[in-house]
Order: sequence, then C-alpha cells, then structure tokens
Amino acid sequence: MPDGSLDRLKREGRIVVVGASLAGLRAAETLRDKGFEGTLTMIGDEPYEPYDRPPLSKQVLLGKATADHTALPRRREIDAEWRLGVPASGLDMATRRVKLADGDEVPYDRLMIATGVRARPWPNEAEGELDGVFVLRTRDDGVGLARHLDAGPRRVLVIGAGFTGSEIASACRERGLEVTVAERGDAPLVGALGGVIGAVAAEMHRENGVDLRTGVMVTRLEGDTTGRVRAAHFSDGTTLECDVVVVSLGAQRNTEWLAGSGLGAGPRGIACDAGCRAFDVRGIVTDDVFVAGDVARSPHPLFGYQFLSLEHWGNAVAQAETAAHNMLSESSDRRPHIWVPAFWSSQFGVNIKSVGVPSMGTEIMITQGSRAERRFTGVYGYQGRVIGAVTFDNCRWLQFYEQQIEATAPFPPPFPTVDRRSDGQRPIPADFPDPSVPTHGPTITLSGYSPADRRMTFTPAGH
Amino acid sequence: MAEGILKQILDYSNRSNPYPLYEELRKTPVFHDGTGPYVISTYHDIQSLLHDPRLSSDAHNLTATAGDPLAGGEGGGGGEEAALPPSFLKLDPPEHDRLRRMTNRPFGPPHSPHRIEGMRDDLHGIVSGLIDNLGDPGRIDLVDQFAYPFPVTMICRLLGVPREDEPRFHSWADTIAAGLDPDPDADPAERLRVTHDARMELGMYLAGLIEERRKNPQDDMLSELAAGHGQDDTMSTMELLSTSALLLIAGHETTVNLITNGMLTLLRHPDVLADLRENPELVVPLVEELLRFEPPVQLLPQRTPLVDIEVRGVTIPKGSSMWLVLASGNRDPDRFENPDRFDPYRKDIQHLGLGSGIHSCFGAPLARLEAQLALSELARRLDNPGLVEDPPPYRQNAVLRGPRHLEITCDGIRP
Ligand SMILES: Cc1cc2nc3c(=O)[nH]c(=O)nc-3n(C[C@H](O)[C@H](O)[C@H](O)COP(=O)(O)OP(=O)(O)OC[C@H]3O[C@@H](n4cnc5c(N)ncnc54)[C@H](O)[C@@H]3O)c2cc1C
Repeated sequence: MPDGSLDRLKREGRIVVVGASLAGLRAAETLRDKGFEGTLTMIGDEPYEPYDRPPLSKQVLLGKATADHTALPRRREIDAEWRLGVPASGLDMATRRVKLADGDEVPYDRLMIATGVRARPWPNEAEGELDGVFVLRTRDDGVGLARHLDAGPRRVLVIGAGFTGSEIASACRERGLEVTVAERGDAPLVGALGGVIGAVAAEMHRENGVDLRTGVMVTRLEGDTTGRVRAAHFSDGTTLECDVVVVSLGAQRNTEWLAGSGLGAGPRGIACDAGCRAFDVRGIVTDDVFVAGDVARSPHPLFGYQFLSLEHWGNAVAQAETAAHNMLSESSDRRPHIWVPAFWSSQFGVNIKSVGVPSMGTEIMITQGSRAERRFTGVYGYQGRVIGAVTFDNCRWLQFYEQQIEATAPFPPPFPTVDRRSDGQRPIPADFPDPSVPTHGPTITLSGYSPADRRMTFTPAGH
Repeated sequence: MAEGILKQILDYSNRSNPYPLYEELRKTPVFHDGTGPYVISTYHDIQSLLHDPRLSSDAHNLTATAGDPLAGGEGGGGGEEAALPPSFLKLDPPEHDRLRRMTNRPFGPPHSPHRIEGMRDDLHGIVSGLIDNLGDPGRIDLVDQFAYPFPVTMICRLLGVPREDEPRFHSWADTIAAGLDPDPDADPAERLRVTHDARMELGMYLAGLIEERRKNPQDDMLSELAAGHGQDDTMSTMELLSTSALLLIAGHETTVNLITNGMLTLLRHPDVLADLRENPELVVPLVEELLRFEPPVQLLPQRTPLVDIEVRGVTIPKGSSMWLVLASGNRDPDRFENPDRFDPYRKDIQHLGLGSGIHSCFGAPLARLEAQLALSELARRLDNPGLVEDPPPYRQNAVLRGPRHLEITCDGIRP
C-alpha cells in the first residue's frame, strides 16, 4: 500500500551514487527524469567527470581522439553534488551511510552502487611497475599508453587476446607499429566466441601483420637499468625484445570497499535480483541498495536464471535505467532488468557484434555470409535452442537473431536465409575451451518492445 | 470494412492525406485481401521484417503475385531485367553487399569520409543561387523553382552527369519512377513497356558517359566507380549501369519530396517555422521528424519470404509479395506518442523514413544534408511565406509521394 513515503523520497530524499562513470551517470539522469527532486550525490574515485571507455582502445590509440576528450554526452542536467577524486571506503547499512576515504560520511535513503571493474594488473608487482608496462581501463591509462605509442616504440607486446587486447593490437598495426600478441588459449577471442570464430580472429591478426603467439604464456617481464621494460620471457623458453607492454588479462570487480558491510559483494561482483536490488550476505534482498553496470551480477530468466556479470556498455546503461526506475517505484511498479546481452568491438577494420550468451553455446552454425570473407553471421546453439549470435561486418541482421534468442527458437534454425553459403548448411561444435553447462530447467521467453511492456512467458520443463 | 482499403490508398483522391487510411490498415496489422500483397503496417513488425534474413528483396523469389498492383513494374523483375540487371536495391547478399560496398567506396566512410561534408559549400551555393532567382515573390512554385532543381543539380555533380542533359534524363527518371506507382487504372503491360524503354535509354546514355570517364577520369563518382579497385572489386559494365541509374533516379525522386513536404509542413506549423528561423540548429531534429511524419518513400513493395513465415499469427506463404508501409509504421501509436503531431522537439525519434537493415537508404547522409540546408535557408530568407493552396496538387505516385506543385507567396526575399 502506498503510504506517501515514496512521494517524500522523490521530493526531499537523499540518493547517493557511488561510481561516477557510465552506469552512475545514466542512473542519475534517469532519476531526475523520473521526477526525483531531492539531493543527489555522485561519488567517484577518479578526478574526472564521467567519460566513455570504449574509445580508449579504439579512437584514442589511433590518435583520432584524445583520452581527455571522451567525456560522456549528457542527456540532461542532473544537478548533483559531485565528490570526485575520493573513493568510497565503506558502507554502514544500518545507519545508511557511505564512508569516504577522506573521512567524510554521506547519508542516504537510497544507494546506487556502480563501481565497475578495474584492469587485472600484471601479477608480479615490481614487473608491472616498469616504465612502459600498461593496463588499459582509465583515462589516465589511455593518455599514458597513447603517449608511449606516439613515441614510436620498436615493438609492442600485448598480453591477452580478448576483445581489448585484440583492439589494442589492431590499433598498433594501424599506426604501423610492430606488435606481438601473446595468448594462453588457442586463438584470440576464444573465451567469448569459441574456437571456430577464434580461428577467424587469428587469421585477421596474422593477415594484418600481428606476430600472434597462441598456447603460450608470458612468464616474466624484464627491465633495463633505468627501470624501463625491455624484454618479455615466454613459457616456451623464447624471449622477445619490446619497449611497450600492455597487460590485457581481464578485470577485477571493485567491491573491496564493501568488505564487512554485510552486502553480498565479492570477487565475482555484487549479487542482486533482477530488479537491481542488492543481496546482503544472507541472500536476502535489500530494499534501499541498488546495483548496476560491470560490478553487478544478476540472475537472467532467459538463461536459466544464471547470475550473469556483463562487462558491456549497453548493459551498464540499461541496468542503470532500470535500477533508477525501481529506486523510485512501488514494488508493484518495479521492472526486471532482462536485457539481452549485447556487445560490439571493432578491430582490423571489422565490426564485430554479439548478442545473447555465445559462450553458453556448444554448437555454431554460419547462417549467412562466409568466414573466408569475414562477413558472416554465426548462431550459437545450446541444447536445441538458439542462445547467442555473432556477426562480423553483418550486424544489420543481428536484431532478428536477438528475437530468436528471446523466443528460445530452435537450433539449428530450420529455415533458409538470404546469403546462406555451402559452409553454413549444418552446425559444427563451437569449440569453447571449457564449456560451462548450466542445468536444464524450465524456460522463460521474452516478448514486447519497450521496457514497460516487456513480458516473460514461463514454460514448465518438459514442454 | 478493410476491404478495398489498398485500392483507396492507391486512389489519387486520397493522395494528399493517406494517414487516416493507414490508421485503418493498422487495425489489421497483416492485411491480405485474398489475392493481393500482404501488407504490413505497424512499426515493430516492419522494423523486425526489415532485419529478417528470411525475407528476400530479389524478385526472382516472388511467385504468388496475382493481384499485386505493383508486380511486374519497377517493383517486379521482368521489365527491368531485360533492359538492365537489377540494382543492389533489388538484390540479396552477397551480391547486394558487394555492389553496395563498392558503391560506397567513393561515397562514404571509411574510404571517402569527407565526400558529403565536402559538398556543404557546393550545396550552400546552389541553395543560395536558387533562392536568389526565385523571382516574383508573389508567385513561387517551390517544386519547379527549388525543390526539384536543387537535388538534381547535386546528384549530377556528385555522379559527374552533365547538368545540361537534365531534360533528357528527366523524362526517363519520371517514367521509371512512375513504374513504381501502383496506379490501378494504368494498363500493366503498357507500363512495363514504357518503363523498359526508359531504362534502356537511360542505360545507353549512362554507358556513353562511363565510356567517356574511363578515358578521361574526373573527380566524380562515375569516374571512381568505373575505375574500380583491384580484381575482386570491379563492377561489370552492366552492374555499373544499373548502379548509376539507381543513384541518379533515387537522387531525383526522393529528396525533392522531402524538401517539399518539409516546407508544406512548416507552413502548416508557423510556430515551428518561426522557431527554425531563430534557431537554425533546430533543423537537424526537424528533418528527422519530417522523415517520420511525411516520409518521401511511403512503402517498400519489394520483399518476399523464402519460406512460409508467421507474422502476428498470420502465415505468409513463401514467395508472396509483401508491402511494408513505412509511412504507416511511422504513425503507429504503439511506438510514438501523439504520432499524428508534427513535433520536432520529440526526444525519441527512430523512424522508418529511410528504411532500416541492409537496404536502408544509401543516400541518407546526402539527403539529410540537402534537406537541412534547404529548409533552414528557406526559413531564413523567405519573408512571411504563405501557402496559396492547401492541400497542394500531388504527384500521381503513391509510393514516392509528394506535391507536384507547391505554390507559395512571400513579402520578399531577404539577402
Ligand atoms: C578499453 C575499454 C574498451 C571497451 N570497449 C567496449 C566495447 O567496445 N563495447 C562494449 O560493450 N563495452 C566496452 N567496454 C566496457 C564498458 O566500457 C563498460 O561495460 C562500462 O564502462 C561499464 O560502466 P560502469 O559504469 O559499470 O563501470 P565503469 O565505467 O568501470 O565505472 C566505474 C567507476 O567507479 C569508480 N570506482 C571504483 N571504485 C570506487 C569507489 N570505491 N569509490 C568511488 N568510485 C569508485 C571507477 O574508478 C570508475 O570510474 C570497454 C571497456 C574498456 C576499459
């Protein structure tokens, strides 16, 4: 029963957002859009106003944009109190206060956590601190790396061939720099897209002049007497001279500041329900702490209620909007965050996009185009249904496959499509290094278009 | 009740305001009256179908065309093929992708990122010149004196087609565009023949030009297309002819309507016109709203499913003709708030006016820039403009819809 407390919250409540980047900003804008008139505090450990990260590994490294010019466009005024350059260091859920590293405390009625992830550092701290060794997550990282690339290094070593690593390698080649990529797996992008697509990616690297080394690990970075990196040692016994190293080994969730707070936060992120409300350590959902973006881990009905943590730009935006909506809604008006994961990347002149969760797929079928031309659509199947899709320079079809995923359409797709080639007649194993097989259960399908009329349909198991 | 609604939409007497008919049509989102095309009229359905790989744009896949007033014309395969091979507009991938990609090379990013922006001064010069020469401010036909000559001059310049030849290809372009019009009274065989002849003549004319450009390359798209780029990246002569014919005709027959519809709409909304005069930057969202509100291409008649498909519970058999009524989707209240209101200030505007998916309007960047420049300059320079006749007389065509004349008056032309 509405008791007016929501109106009061909207009029004079205090909302604190921790993590002043993409998800934090979009949440703040949505709050104001929904009529929140109270005090809004934005806490961010970086000294900068919210900026955009995807350009850091693309335009910025190519010199087409500078890292300090990637500020996020504002959708509207948010009239917030900004606490920038100071990390949140703790949370007291009982008294509803966020503690800041400078000793201050900020009280809230509703809290939004969007602290994202940070780059996983090189495991050997001393080696990681050598001049010329980088990670790429922040604006400062982007500035430093771009400056070193401008100086014309003789060879760049990229460790890790995930999306970011591959983009960095691509940018280096475009600038005419010699680059080596070291990847522990059998091919670039295998973790996200599997070996079949990984093989296409490997070809792309090699054709563009990348010295791609797979199935190998970097064991040690070596500096010269002035503390600059000069060489890397590999698990196969070889040594490579290089003067810039980019460590691209994935990310770690920024949750340490919540240790001891009683919130269900850990190395895998902050667990929350589909309405973006955080769980406490007892597995009980909180009513006033919300989470969004890379740091969140939420159950997805479409994917067997698996808790998904997504490091996707679009997810951060959509989840932030949902969280903000729910923060200001009666329980009956809350909406689930049932975003279908989607991701894009651009490397070696190719536009790569994916929807769904390709990594759950056990099989893949090339339904349109051809791998040889690097223009194709690949559809991932899992236990007889479509679970994900990827396109290389073919993204205008993707929306259709997204609908197929939402409708849990059968795999392999039983219909002909335009541009079906001979190598796309049947599915082949998708070839993921370590298939994670979620349990088979009842299915949920999604329908509807706008967030407000999105519907879930429940089909019991066995149907 | 919905019986005969297609006929009504095509009926010339409804040309000036087809929107109530579209509203009626949307009550049966997949409309089919037994023999004719399957007509799709709601936003989300159209949007999905434009991205559906089970739908072909290639007329060869069309089987059940009985009763489709557009079959066989430019919309169908027959008439066109004998004269020129189908342009990429009517091909599926991979041929579509290959041709569109090659055509894009001299036109847009990544290879020619500055082509369109680089034409801004040219565009501006042409707009100014045309406005300077409008003559008696008491009697202006905005179509003949401005909205038509402007894009035609531009497309000629872009392609490298001599502007002096305009009277010749004007009539071919007219005829070919008319072939797209499902005029229920016209004799289909006759229309087919006339269209065929016009394509033939246009093809021969372009062949002469291309020959010339091969010998004497200039800084224009025809020269660059003719030159090709390496073994795999060269168009055959026939492909080159149908591609350039497509560009020439599309450059003729669409932007003219966008500009005319735009001015008509502005004159019907004097408050917006006044705001545009004060705030020229309003023209950017304004043109987007125009593309929603009065799209120059009202419907896409060129789609057919490769397999039986289901849309809203209706099975559309393989090989059927489908019409996607973009202009109706753009006014779908399930997608846009107050869809029948012209509101350039609306926040959320993802219209279907330029299509979507792989066949989305190739010339969109140019069309947008042309319309933006034209409308902001007209708003700035025409002093107290007014409509002489509302509604104005329309062109016959129901697909490429727009006024044939737009008579306006004003108190004077500002410098
Ligand atoms: C180089 C790069 C390229 C990318 N490219 C793509 C791409 O092509 N496509 C795509 O979909 N996604 C891409 N991403 C991912 C995308 O940028 C993220 O999904 C998105 O930034 C997530 O937003 P967020 O707000 O959740 O987290 P973040 O953007 O990480 O923001 C979290 C913020 O919180 C701050 N913070 C952390 N701890 C605290 C604390 N205790 N107190 C205060 N503040 C704190 C952080 O410093 C940071 O500013 C890319 C990311 C990177 C780094």
